[in-house]
Amino acid sequence: MKNFASLYTQLDQTTKTNAKVSALAQYFEQSNQEDQLWTVAILSHRRPKRTVNSTLLRTWAAEMADIPSWLFEESYHVVGDLSEAIALTLPRPQVENSHSLTYWIEYIMSLDKLEEAEKKERIFAAWQSMDYTERLVFNKLITGGFRIGVSQKLMVRALSQYTGIDENILAHRLMGNWTPTETSFKSLILTKDPLEDISKPYPFYLAYALENEPENLGAPAEWLAERKWDGIRGQLIVRKEELFVWSRGEELVTDKFPEYHPLAKLLPDGTVIDGEILPYKEGRPLTFNDLQTRIGRKNVTKSILKKAPVIMMAYDLLEWQGEDIRHYPFQERRRRLEQMVANHDTKGLLLLSETLDFHSWADLVVERENSREHHSEGLMLKRKDSPYQAGRKKGDWWKWKIDPLTIDAVMIYAQRGHGRRANLFTDFTFAVWDGDALVPFAKAYSGLTDKEFREITSWVRRNTRERFGPVHSVEPTFVFEIAFEGIRASSRHKSGVALRFPRISRWRKDKPLREANTLEDLKEMLSAL
Amino acid sequence: MALLEFNDKGIYCPPADVYIDPWKPVERALITHGHADHSRWGNKHYLCTESAKPVIRYRLGDVQIQTVRFGEQLSHNGVKFSFHPAGHILGSAQIRVEYEGEVWVVSGDYKLEEDGLSEPFEPVPCHTFITESTFGLPVYRWQEQTKVFEEINDWWRKNKAGRKVSLLTAYALGKAQRLMRGLDESIGPIFTHGAIENTNQVMRRQGVKLPKAKKVSGKFKKEDYIGGMVIAPPSAINAPWIRKFKPLSIGIASGWMTLRGARRRRAADRGFVLSDHADWNGLNEAITATGAERIIVTHGYTNIFTRWLREERGLDAVEAQTEFEGELSEDNETEE
Repeated sequence: MKNFASLYTQLDQTTKTNAKVSALAQYFEQSNQEDQLWTVAILSHRRPKRTVNSTLLRTWAAEMADIPSWLFEESYHVVGDLSEAIALTLPRPQVENSHSLTYWIEYIMSLDKLEEAEKKERIFAAWQSMDYTERLVFNKLITGGFRIGVSQKLMVRALSQYTGIDENILAHRLMGNWTPTETSFKSLILTKDPLEDISKPYPFYLAYALENEPENLGAPAEWLAERKWDGIRGQLIVRKEELFVWSRGEELVTDKFPEYHPLAKLLPDGTVIDGEILPYKEGRPLTFNDLQTRIGRKNVTKSILKKAPVIMMAYDLLEWQGEDIRHYPFQERRRRLEQMVANHDTKGLLLLSETLDFHSWADLVVERENSREHHSEGLMLKRKDSPYQAGRKKGDWWKWKIDPLTIDAVMIYAQRGHGRRANLFTDFTFAVWDGDALVPFAKAYSGLTDKEFREITSWVRRNTRERFGPVHSVEPTFVFEIAFEGIRASSRHKSGVALRFPRISRWRKDKPLREANTLEDLKEMLSAL
Repeated sequence: MALLEFNDKGIYCPPADVYIDPWKPVERALITHGHADHSRWGNKHYLCTESAKPVIRYRLGDVQIQTVRFGEQLSHNGVKFSFHPAGHILGSAQIRVEYEGEVWVVSGDYKLEEDGLSEPFEPVPCHTFITESTFGLPVYRWQEQTKVFEEINDWWRKNKAGRKVSLLTAYALGKAQRLMRGLDESIGPIFTHGAIENTNQVMRRQGVKLPKAKKVSGKFKKEDYIGGMVIAPPSAINAPWIRKFKPLSIGIASGWMTLRGARRRRAADRGFVLSDHADWNGLNEAITATGAERIIVTHGYTNIFTRWLREERGLDAVEAQTEFEGELSEDNETEE
């Protein structure tokens, strides 16, 4: 495990992608195939089954550190990460160990059927033989949450450096439901899969945000406009009656969206569509949030499929009858895409992203303002004669998002942040006026600069009225502008509304307390949408 | 009536009519040490230790400063005052106050580990001990400083081998000098930011031995810095000033670096856990050594540490509000 712990430290000590990849490649170089495979598994979200719950870990850590459990909980709150809080609190190790990563993972798995007392004994024994980083890693293996700034994509890149196998081929081989206990590095990663050649995606073409007024783009007749849908950009590939779906991060996500699987037979061979993986029900898009709740899940259950089914909102056609047509003008690709959607019954799985009818830029300004009614986040502008480029490029494609909604609100509660912001007050609750009372309606914890966070922290410390655990109630004094993406009625909130993605957009030091917005203003926004 | 009380101006001693580390201007101020949140501008008379004076003089300019030797006893309106080493920075003191047989000690900021620069911490028996709690959580436990210096020197060597500049941030008064003394001068040249160089000069004149260092200035070229170590205040990380050192690796030396998150927020490459404050064990040890039954907890994890002292250690502990910045200090531009 020393190897793996030192990899963890190296990854943690850099924010540079290249340094991470080379640390990982070097680690692969130095470890055995069992450890390699487990590392690939962990970094692709395939963790061993959880055998000890976090409540027990917390209790035991406090016990071993000889501190009361409330004090451990307070420490945990400040640190923000359970594995780290435990590693920092435990007494120094008594012995060393030289076991491998695989040994410790099997050790953790073997706890599964044991009685609690026995589990505790084994966890204590493990902790006693580990230094700080080993404990941190060991705890993370138990609790899951292995976020160390290495995406699956980065891991695949490192694996590619080490094995000399192409990244997309590796991504293909790593797909699906495998676990290190049932396969080996050799058969999973080093062995050719006959399907891998046909799953290959094209690089995505990404747009920049429009910086100026659209008038600067030239004649409206040279442009097509469509709505910007709020899902996940995806590429849908049908070749030889097999279907593959790639997400914008160039991760293969075919398994995550079983809804699409019938398209393998419904679309012609040699078709690649660029589109939006969009949660969609009863003829209209759902929110991104609905999609997000299902992405994180390992298994796509029936209830998820029922709650947030997806469709593919098609934007572009990249491959047609097996031919790469990315160099065709967009207008031409689009025409073929329209034909394809018209000529094949895709059971409503493939929808065409409609283009908007406009003659002047002013027409589009109006359309953009309608975005929320269409559950979209703005418009996309694409030059009619543009080829499909690779990566983020300026000039031919622009996204023109709507401005967020805003409201001026009063800060009434503050709470210390976790982890990164452990010693600052960063989590705030905001209220609007309802007559003479302040009604809380949103929580927000981002949008201020570090300097402002320090200023507000220092102020909160001096102006706390009451404490409820970690929450400080403060003298209503400051007005903040809160930006958000949407608003809906909610019976779960005292204010009767729930906001989408609320964040602080400005500290309105210029605004007197009494001039903050009212609950009525919020309700008006609700009915306007 | 309490011998010391906390009012809107600072820690006040009614029978003597003096303040300790006041945060608003007063007539007479007893100062534990020269950091800006303890030694503020605008008081009429200042009293501090001899070794704390040069820096306070340098920072506050032409103010009236009287000095006292460590352990020397002064009387004012029948109240006896004496200053005892706090081990925090050069000249830092705990202030002992005695009146009609009752003894209180104000710790200011302190640490127990000897850093070779500050006068070593000395426990002072008392009835009431006013303690800081900057790192009053069990997650904060320091390694021996020799180990930390090994880590820093290794990092420096590695950077040098990669033809990078090492830039280490530390507060200008205390931490910077402690770091410089822990550096292995054989690795490469040491450079200092102007703010640190000024404090260094004050200390050198006082007789403090510091390694040779060159002040960063226009007379050096980019190549001159390669493989070198630059010591700078925390604010420098976000300033265009650092551009001239690229390619560089940034390190931060602070107790907050215990938490991975704190380092990530400051976008540093490396965090070294080194503090001029007592860690969890140090705070507990210091409190035991005073024999005090009554503890007043100031700046830091005040409520948590107070609860610990009351419930687990059976002490009569209470919290007090102050305007000392210890809690945030290493993080923002005020000092540790």
